[in-house]
Amino acid sequence: MPTEARSSGWGFAVPRRAVVGLATVGGALLLWWLATSGLRLLNPLRLPSPQEVWAAFSQISTGQGYGGATLWQHALHSLWLVAKGFAVAVATGIPLGLLMGWSRRAEALINPIFLLLRPIPALAWIPLAIVWFGLGDTGKVFVIWLTAFVPSVINAFTGVRGVDPVLIAAARTQGASTAQVIRHVVVPGAMPMIFTGLRLSLQASWTTLVAAELVGAFFGLGRVLNVAGQDIFPGMILVGMAAVAACGAATTWLLGRAERRVVNWRPAV
Amino acid sequence: MAKRRDRNFLGPAGTSLGLGEFWALTAAGFVLFFAVWGGVAASGWLPPNLLPSPLAVWDTLVRLWNQPFAGHVYAEHLSASIQRFLMGWAIAVGIGVPLGLLMGWYRLLDEIVTPLFDAMRFVAPLAWVPLAALWFGTGIGGPLLIIFVGSFAPCVISAYRGARLVETRLVEAAQTLGASSRQVMLHVLIPGALPSIIAGLRVSAGLGWQSLVGSELIVVGAGLGYLMVQGQGNLNTTVVIAGMVGIGVVGFAIDVLLRAVEAAFKRKWGQA
Repeated sequence: MPTEARSSGWGFAVPRRAVVGLATVGGALLLWWLATSGLRLLNPLRLPSPQEVWAAFSQISTGQGYGGATLWQHALHSLWLVAKGFAVAVATGIPLGLLMGWSRRAEALINPIFLLLRPIPALAWIPLAIVWFGLGDTGKVFVIWLTAFVPSVINAFTGVRGVDPVLIAAARTQGASTAQVIRHVVVPGAMPMIFTGLRLSLQASWTTLVAAELVGAFFGLGRVLNVAGQDIFPGMILVGMAAVAACGAATTWLLGRAERRVVNWRPAV
Repeated sequence: MAKRRDRNFLGPAGTSLGLGEFWALTAAGFVLFFAVWGGVAASGWLPPNLLPSPLAVWDTLVRLWNQPFAGHVYAEHLSASIQRFLMGWAIAVGIGVPLGLLMGWYRLLDEIVTPLFDAMRFVAPLAWVPLAALWFGTGIGGPLLIIFVGSFAPCVISAYRGARLVETRLVEAAQTLGASSRQVMLHVLIPGALPSIIAGLRVSAGLGWQSLVGSELIVVGAGLGYLMVQGQGNLNTTVVIAGMVGIGVVGFAIDVLLRAVEAAFKRKWGQA
């Protein structure tokens, strides 16, 4: 859809979408301030005012922090867990998906296990992970691995099956060995699909991690949310939610950068 | 097709696999799964309260059917979860789909809602749990909000995309013939957007079910998730796995049901 540009009167054009968008976000913030602080329409225990959120943010960012650590320590801890679980999922899931895509025998043998395990959301593994690994980090890495593993396998598999056979035949005609075909045709061909799976599973990983940390943890953003919920500290709850969103957005942005670097022959979507 | 002398010559999965071999391997896969699970459980390498055998889980499932655990028998936990899910999902669909359609139709609404949507997009659904408990309590309202948050976005996005994909020519043709805004909406936009909406419903149901499980782990007093948390608290691993089985079966049933609906619609409208 073409975006109309309107003359702003300052000699440059402003897209209409940006104007309306900024006005909306500004309006929402103003409404928030009016409802909580300006006109006091809402009970501050239901929705904290912007000042209270800022106060909570200052409290957790400095000194003792909140829930046992400062915001940066909690966020770094959560980020590190997601990074570990995600890395293990990529390292195990993609090769398995490639194998299943390449060989129908492997597909026939391994697919039943996925049929049995796939309908169980990773979140449902959290209690078992706690029984197996306790409330520490291992259990969290395990459930994040589960979250990201299944989409990695399935998308690598679908990606391989989507590779144009003509390209493989062409490589064969030039005398490429099976290893070369896989390395230079199949894996690059499956890459866009693999990244689609990674993007989905990254979002899901954050949901899983937050849930796991809410159920029980010593550190992390979910722990902040949990303690704030128990203390009935609405300002801190919003700070925790915003921090989760910021981490999710930051990791998604990083993944997008990686995708542009790896899948560099294709314009970014 | 060319004769395949070399396995995988022509590409991935180039090997033709006989139907017999395919089913044999599939059966072997199923057997392997349960054999490894049962074998590890039987070997005594792991204590049985960490990894119970498949048979122990089955026995527990049967036992929980008659004997209450965590306050209710299994069927009651199951129906509590399903009811909660259906309510939350219905609210998400009831608000999300019309909103998406209207956003596809009225540009100003699109421009107003999209930035708010983008601002909220990265808040993981489960991060709403403390706020949901604060606003609606931990009984029925809190979990409903979590399910709503988890399944809302795909409803909006699929309806919006569906409405935008309807050909302008069709809308214009209807308008030329004198259709009112409401008639265009009812007779052109909604039917045109339906395939996309139904695909979105399937995604949103999956995410909603997942969010339900998450919320039940944290805040409620009945349901499969609650059953599992109680089992975990008592180090009763068979109960935990029995809960996972129920969650998997219901999740699978939801997916199969909506896939069937999707296929039926495609048959009816002939859209591939």
